[in-house]
Amino acid sequence: MSWLDIGHIDDIPLRGARLVRTRLGCVGLFRTAEAEVFATSNACPHKGGPLSEGIVHGRKVTCPLHNWVFSLETGEAMGADEGRIATYPVRLDVAGRILIDADALGKRSAA
Amino acid sequence: MTQKLVIIGAGMASGRVIEHLAALDPAAYDITLFNAEPRGNYNRIMLSPVLSGEKTYDDIVTHDDAFYAEHAITCRFGETVTRIDRTRKIVHGAKGDVPYDKLLIATGSAPFIIPVDGRDLEGVITYRDLDDTNAMIAAARPGRKAVVIGGGLLGLEAAAGLAERGMDVTVVHLMGHLMERQLDEAAGYLLRRDLEKRGITVLTGASTTAILGANRVEGVLLADDTALEADLVVMAVGIRPETRLANDAGLEVVRGIAVNAQMQSLSDPDVFAVGECVEFDGHLFGLVAPLYDQAKVVAHGLLDRPDAFTVRDTATKLKVTGCDLFSAGDFADGPGREDIVFRDPARGVYKRLVIEGDRLVGAVMYGDTADGNWFFGLIRDGTEIDEMRETLIFGPAFQGGASADPLSAVAALPPEAEICGCNGVCKSTIVQAIDGGAADLGAVRAATKASASCGTCTGLVEQLLQVTLGDDYAAPAAQPVCGCTGLTHEDVRRLIKAQELKSQPAVWQELGWSTPNGCHVCRPAINFYLLADWPVEYRDDPQSRFVNERKHANIQKDGTFSVVPRMWGGITNAAELRAIADAAEKYDVPTVKVTGGQRIDLLGVKGEDLPHIWADLNRAGLVSGHAYSKGLRTVKTCVGTDHCRFGTQDSTGLGIKLEQILWGSWTPHKVKLAVSGCPRNCAEATCKDVGIVCVDSGYQVGVAGAAGMDLKETERLADVATEAEAIEMTVAFIQLYRENAKYLDRPYKWVAKVGLDWVKNHVVADADNRRALVARFEVSQTVYRKDPWAEHAADAPRFAPLADLTLEAAE
Ligand code: SRM
Ligand SMILES: Cc1cc2nc3c(=O)[nH]c(=O)nc-3n(C[C@H](O)[C@H](O)[C@H](O)COP(=O)(O)OP(=O)(O)OC[C@H]3O[C@@H](n4cnc5c(N)ncnc54)[C@H](O)[C@@H]3O)c2cc1C
Ligand code: SF4
Ligand code: FES
Repeated sequence: MSWLDIGHIDDIPLRGARLVRTRLGCVGLFRTAEAEVFATSNACPHKGGPLSEGIVHGRKVTCPLHNWVFSLETGEAMGADEGRIATYPVRLDVAGRILIDADALGKRSAA
Repeated sequence: MTQKLVIIGAGMASGRVIEHLAALDPAAYDITLFNAEPRGNYNRIMLSPVLSGEKTYDDIVTHDDAFYAEHAITCRFGETVTRIDRTRKIVHGAKGDVPYDKLLIATGSAPFIIPVDGRDLEGVITYRDLDDTNAMIAAARPGRKAVVIGGGLLGLEAAAGLAERGMDVTVVHLMGHLMERQLDEAAGYLLRRDLEKRGITVLTGASTTAILGANRVEGVLLADDTALEADLVVMAVGIRPETRLANDAGLEVVRGIAVNAQMQSLSDPDVFAVGECVEFDGHLFGLVAPLYDQAKVVAHGLLDRPDAFTVRDTATKLKVTGCDLFSAGDFADGPGREDIVFRDPARGVYKRLVIEGDRLVGAVMYGDTADGNWFFGLIRDGTEIDEMRETLIFGPAFQGGASADPLSAVAALPPEAEICGCNGVCKSTIVQAIDGGAADLGAVRAATKASASCGTCTGLVEQLLQVTLGDDYAAPAAQPVCGCTGLTHEDVRRLIKAQELKSQPAVWQELGWSTPNGCHVCRPAINFYLLADWPVEYRDDPQSRFVNERKHANIQKDGTFSVVPRMWGGITNAAELRAIADAAEKYDVPTVKVTGGQRIDLLGVKGEDLPHIWADLNRAGLVSGHAYSKGLRTVKTCVGTDHCRFGTQDSTGLGIKLEQILWGSWTPHKVKLAVSGCPRNCAEATCKDVGIVCVDSGYQVGVAGAAGMDLKETERLADVATEAEAIEMTVAFIQLYRENAKYLDRPYKWVAKVGLDWVKNHVVADADNRRALVARFEVSQTVYRKDPWAEHAADAPRFAPLADLTLEAAE
């Protein structure tokens, strides 16, 4: 793994999200608690809705376009909907910097 | 042969080491014990009861002079070690040198001091040892003011102790809720509530910028320019390992002194370290339980017995009477986790378990922590919990046996258990009523009054009905808000007012939400109810809003946004049109459209351009049209008396006035108005939420029209003679709607539920009530009548990606 520093946890509002732009599309960073952050692909498998604009609740996000709900941990769509978003390893260091695994970002397919 | 052991620091950890050595092999070492404090080992964690006056120093001494004498320990108390000479194996004390064969460093931690001006003033105290405690006791006079910086374990114990001594205490905490490292938001809310009940003021999200005072401390200045008066400031913002000696001696130090599993320095096998000054495998330590494990390993190592230290989970409690909390394990971070939440609002109880796979990995509890140690055991031992998952949260009393059913918790309550706190109704009374024929909630309420007041025990009463009647029980048909609660919108609104709930965590807790922080369905509703009922006290939460209201623009199917500036009453001018045209060009707006609401829509703007296009439009005097909000949208007007040969009143002028009064307000659903200058009705006023038709004798105010998914003509609220009355009726109607309607009910749906007569009674018949409604609307507008674009234009970085990795070299 190669951990890349992409910002500070306080740059993301609590129960909010920010984007990381990459060569292979945008990754959403979701802050679910004071010191908890998840990284997933930003595009909803339904019709491409921007997940980082959705409402974050528990460890889930609701797509802003048609309300599909995704687990930020597993990437699975919840309830009756079927689909999956990619998730990426991300961690916080003691100073609250957000580190994302650049290898995992690089390995995904250009979707 | 007896060897020489020198110990630096007589704290909680080294005290344990000495006890083990004394028990295992008292003759092995000739011990010299240095301590910078002028005293021997005492129970540091009991300083808080000393501060509050519940205990004295004598009560907390763990090793007295007799103990040291009995074990022939040479005590060098009140003497700081200044240097370690590892080549010659000598420790330099302030009053003389001592040679060693083995050395044990147990210097603990030093309090962290935030680097602000005034930190050295007299009256600024940290909280670490007996001298600090005595200094606080000396400064504490009833009525004097204390500010405690830091809302963690130490800070809160200091705050509670000082409050106990009659001081007027304010806690200043940087993070969003208290003890954020040990507690989640819900537990943090309950803790705050209990501290506030004792008169302690709690400021969260508050950052200290300076400590003020000429000779001694006089106050504390916060980043938002609040100045707090203070006669005493306690700084309790954290600790860091005391490693200066080890550093100087060339021992490997990361954050703490680096040791192996035998607690030996990585650089020197004759030097051991124990306690808060060490770092093992990336871990630092701040609670005594792991230090006691370490102490045993050190004693074994000194006696050449094999042993190894392993890091175990620790549990935290707060030693403030009446604030019963418990936190253990890891309730943050990590994929594949699941929560179980239990809340009992009547008793102020909150419990949350975090499960990963088939193990319990974390637990947070407030109010009832009796089962804390049992949960802690499950976490520590990694017990499989699959079998008892359903009933786990009810604790050990409900495990085992065949009754693995969530309702069994209610079934198992004793007959005298109080169900309804408001009316003092116990379980047996309700069961009797049910046995006597009360078969639904209404009947139980009528017979016993249970759940008829505040309603929070409704869920429990329903469960009792279910338990008692079994299959004969038909669940009530009222629709709850969402899966997070059994309460309806109407119940939630009523309870927010009745119980004066003023924050989302308060609602989740007091109304027994089953999820940690709601979902996309309830959060926007609760956010609206709170801001409508407590406009001044509650702070709007953007994260509980649908994207359009958070971004102040409508999201499009391709993720771009639309921008609609306000055109008051549909009137514009050349300068505004030019600014719109310029913005359209500058930001490559693909579509410019005249809307059905008499204004212009710029469609297809990129998210990160929003603050810039707003700033440009702002410069031309254009503000947000709120085309995205559950709030006032448009006030359509016709040209009226200014130009039209049929106009009876100034419809354009009235429309503009109404829009200027109402804009910015949030409502349960969107609100649209229109004012037509005569009954020809060119502004289509008869299908609006509020539509005014001007006539020769004055104004016909109609409400509750619809022209979207349903089509419905307005109903006449009142006919009035003057423009001022028309405005007052309109504003009062909208405020009544704001205060009472269910989230996402347009006015026509709400009026259909409550009846036009009820509305008329409040708005038309009762003039005092009408004015009171208008007054409350105005209070709310002091907060919300402002342009969100202007507010957020300055915030441009927030709209851009956090990081742009497309510029990185290709992998
Ligand atoms: C832009 C506009 C259409 C146009 O090009 O003219 C429009 C566009 C949208 N309307 Fe509308 N409505 C527009 C006038 C209307 C009108 C006519 C009017 O206001 O005079 C109506 C009928 C009156 C009414 O409000 O009921 C109307 C009834 C709706 C409804 C049905 C509401 C209902 O309660 O029945 C929705 C859905 C909703 O709000 O839940 C809706 C929702 C929408 C949304 C916001 C859909 C969405 O959630 O994304 C559309 C946003 C498009 C976009 O991407 O920007 N729009 N919409 C009009 C903006 C007016 C303005 O200046 O603000
Ligand atoms: C008010 C308070 C409440 C607490 N409550 C709890 C609780 O409820 N539960 C819990 O688990 N933990 C609690 N703790 C934390 C707990 O007290 C510490 O984890 C523990 O005391 C650390 O033990 P130690 O031996 O590493 O260090 P200490 O107990 O701090 O001992 C270190 C000693 O070394 C001395 N020293 C340092 N440098 C030198 C030097 N150069 N020369 C000579 N002597 C030196 C110091 O004077 C000090 O006496 C609390 C702490 C405080 C302050
Ligand atoms: S009628 Fe309104 S909601 Fe429907 S497509 Fe047109 S603009 Fe969108
Ligand atoms: S695009 Fe996400 S739910 Fe439709």
